[in-house]
Amino acid sequence: MMSSPSAPSVDVLVIGGGNAALCAAIEARRQGASVLVVEAAPKVYRGGNTRHTRNLRCAHDEGNEILTGPYPEDEFWDDLMRVTGGETDPELARLTIAESKTLWDWMNGVGVRFQQPLGGTLNLGRTNAFFLGGGRAMLNALCDTAENMGVEIRYDTSATALDIEDGFFKSALIEGPDGAQTIHARALVTAAGGFEANIEWLKEYWGERAENFLIRGTPNNRGTILRMLLDAGVEPVGDPTQCHAVAIDARSPQFDGGIVTRLDCIIFGVVLNNRCERFYDEGEDFWPKRYAIWGRLVADQPDQIAWIVFDEKAAGRFMPSVYPAISAPSLEELAEKLGLDPSAFAAEIGRFNAAVVDGEFNTEIHDDCRTEGITPPKSHWARRIDQAPFHAYPVRPGITFTYLGTRVNREARVLMQGGRPSANIYAAGEIMAGNVLGRGYLAGIGMTIGAVFGRLAGEGAARHVGN
Amino acid sequence: MLGTELQQEAERQITICNACRYCEGICAVFPALQMQRSFVAGDIDYFANLCHDCGACYHDCQFSPPHEFAINLPKTLAGVRQESYGHYAWPAALAPVFARNGLIIALIAALSVTGFLAGMIAWNAPGALFSAHTSPEGFYALMSHNAMVGLFGPVFLFSIFAMLMGLRNFWRDANAVRMVEGAAPASLWQAVKDAGSLRYLDGGGAGCFNEDDKPEDKRRLYHHLTFYGFLLCFAATSVGTIYHYGFGRVAPYAWWDLPQMLGTVGGFMLAAGTGGLMAAKKRRLPDLVAPETRGMAMAFILMLHLTAVTGLGLHILGGTPAMGLLLALHLGVVFALFLTMPYGKFVHGLYRFAALVRLAMAKRTGLKTRVMA
Repeated sequence: MMSSPSAPSVDVLVIGGGNAALCAAIEARRQGASVLVVEAAPKVYRGGNTRHTRNLRCAHDEGNEILTGPYPEDEFWDDLMRVTGGETDPELARLTIAESKTLWDWMNGVGVRFQQPLGGTLNLGRTNAFFLGGGRAMLNALCDTAENMGVEIRYDTSATALDIEDGFFKSALIEGPDGAQTIHARALVTAAGGFEANIEWLKEYWGERAENFLIRGTPNNRGTILRMLLDAGVEPVGDPTQCHAVAIDARSPQFDGGIVTRLDCIIFGVVLNNRCERFYDEGEDFWPKRYAIWGRLVADQPDQIAWIVFDEKAAGRFMPSVYPAISAPSLEELAEKLGLDPSAFAAEIGRFNAAVVDGEFNTEIHDDCRTEGITPPKSHWARRIDQAPFHAYPVRPGITFTYLGTRVNREARVLMQGGRPSANIYAAGEIMAGNVLGRGYLAGIGMTIGAVFGRLAGEGAARHVGN
Repeated sequence: MLGTELQQEAERQITICNACRYCEGICAVFPALQMQRSFVAGDIDYFANLCHDCGACYHDCQFSPPHEFAINLPKTLAGVRQESYGHYAWPAALAPVFARNGLIIALIAALSVTGFLAGMIAWNAPGALFSAHTSPEGFYALMSHNAMVGLFGPVFLFSIFAMLMGLRNFWRDANAVRMVEGAAPASLWQAVKDAGSLRYLDGGGAGCFNEDDKPEDKRRLYHHLTFYGFLLCFAATSVGTIYHYGFGRVAPYAWWDLPQMLGTVGGFMLAAGTGGLMAAKKRRLPDLVAPETRGMAMAFILMLHLTAVTGLGLHILGGTPAMGLLLALHLGVVFALFLTMPYGKFVHGLYRFAALVRLAMAKRTGLKTRVMA
């Protein structure tokens, strides 16, 4: 890379513009460092996936005016172990949980406001602090605070090359509205997200199926910085083949559809692929425990598409979503609207209906409404689909985030292959979340990891600059 | 069924809001819409009148334009709100006044001022307009108390009646999911508190937005000055009327007397508040402004501002030869204000209050499930 002696320099360069990046920028600036943040998105889309978040999970010993009760560290730990199945770095996980206790005060101190959740939030009012106005409001507060402290944020600006020598960062080439520029910095914080928006990269593991994936968040998470770090000898962490995938409305935009594209109605109906076959137990367990498997299930279907089919009995019983259901007065007409074979469609629903055993329908418990004699079964909440009009939602895999990242230590410094820490490169947020969340998902933990390691990275970078 | 294109657009957006719910802590609109799954025209009007236009949801929304979901409730609901004023207006024949409100109100104000000027010149001796300040009965030398009462009384009463009929139309809108009408005293009191404090004009505590993406808007203060200034001015007139008929104490009153004190303080508050609102309106982020509402809002604030400024002018210059002209101006503006009250932005307060009552009732007693036809 070209680097001229007169190139502009800054103490800390932060690549990325979301929660982790801004936490790092604020903390580094607080310690006296000069900070430049480069955000690939234009201002209106700043903040990557933080825009689509809603809360952060934080341990606390007592409830307060917002958090409805205590959430001890040990309970947080148990929750994390449960979802990851132990795929976590225990030291960093403990650190994350311990540090999460300070996030409430820290966030309030930088202007982030919280609210009590009122509805549609899966009962997270005790464990998770909800942002007033959601993640974009939270991010707006962080950006305001950072800029008022003297942090420079450049939008529409990407880092296109990093000059790293033997784990030591020297400079970055950045490209923005004013052209390309080499920026020298004494420390680098990488908080540029995962690679879920990079379909070509996803194809390495998923093949052509990835062409039919929808990305729930920012189109800018292309993993460019992650790739540069790995190529420079940073040790990877997390399963590269894995991503968090849920079933979302197939009509959603390819990127940034966010929360409103989710569909919470699978337990109320059946799910058919484009051969009019059911393929998984829709009533295996409570929806909050099962929603995250459906992205993968649909990804394994032909053409990566499926339809949730239900009848009028179920209409209006679940959270509304962005697009209306496709409806018809008969199953055959519905199949035609969906582009499916009407007789095969009606036959599959008929098979399902014939297998339904009557019970007492209750979504609060594992009820006794189930099927007998069909494969796959529907273990709970099975009711005949027989009341017109009939409805369907098309679904495709919606990718939330990827697990592959850079290994870091307790200071948020990236580790080079062999385990030696880089002298001046730090990582925070989704780019390193796989250290803590190696598998599964726990609501709000992405923001926790981002904020905890963002602060550590900012602090560490400033300390490095000060030495 | 949804009537207008704007209502349909609002319904499209509200459906997305109902799937998201991130804004539920910001104001009253989101908790209100979350109580329903489907919406009809009357519901959209209700949400529109519940919206205080603080702008927070626009800046907080991850789906604001240029996102293809293009959520912009402040702008869309402002348009629906203006349409709803026409929809509920009484008599219905006057609904079109809302469509070209700025122009019509300006014309009526000009005609009204001209009328008062012409009347005072025609009914009085030549030159009286410029010499009345020397007479002991003050401005009653130009227009008798009885003439004022005879002119303003009926107009005022008609306006009150027309506005009550509009309110009744809004409340009884058959085309709306009905709340269970109950807990009326508590709900009314809740609405009085919510409206009187502008509880929902603060972005849920973070503040309101006007010209940019910083929550530093002062419209809440300006509105308080305007509203309470207006009430003080109204109180001044009411006390004067009681003095006149109850105690035979006739104007002009000394500066320390209640009508004067109330009127002066109220006048300054009203002038300052409306001045602030006009300036804020001019600076407002264009993305948040529904162009069709501009004339109506400006006309109303300007009328209030002129009422205050001419009233204060009369108060300060009452002893000079300018008094006659100022009186004609003041009476002309006030007359036009009263006359156009049911057909201008004034009604926003009534419908918003009614919407707050409806919300309070719905929160306490729930909604009736509407049978879909």
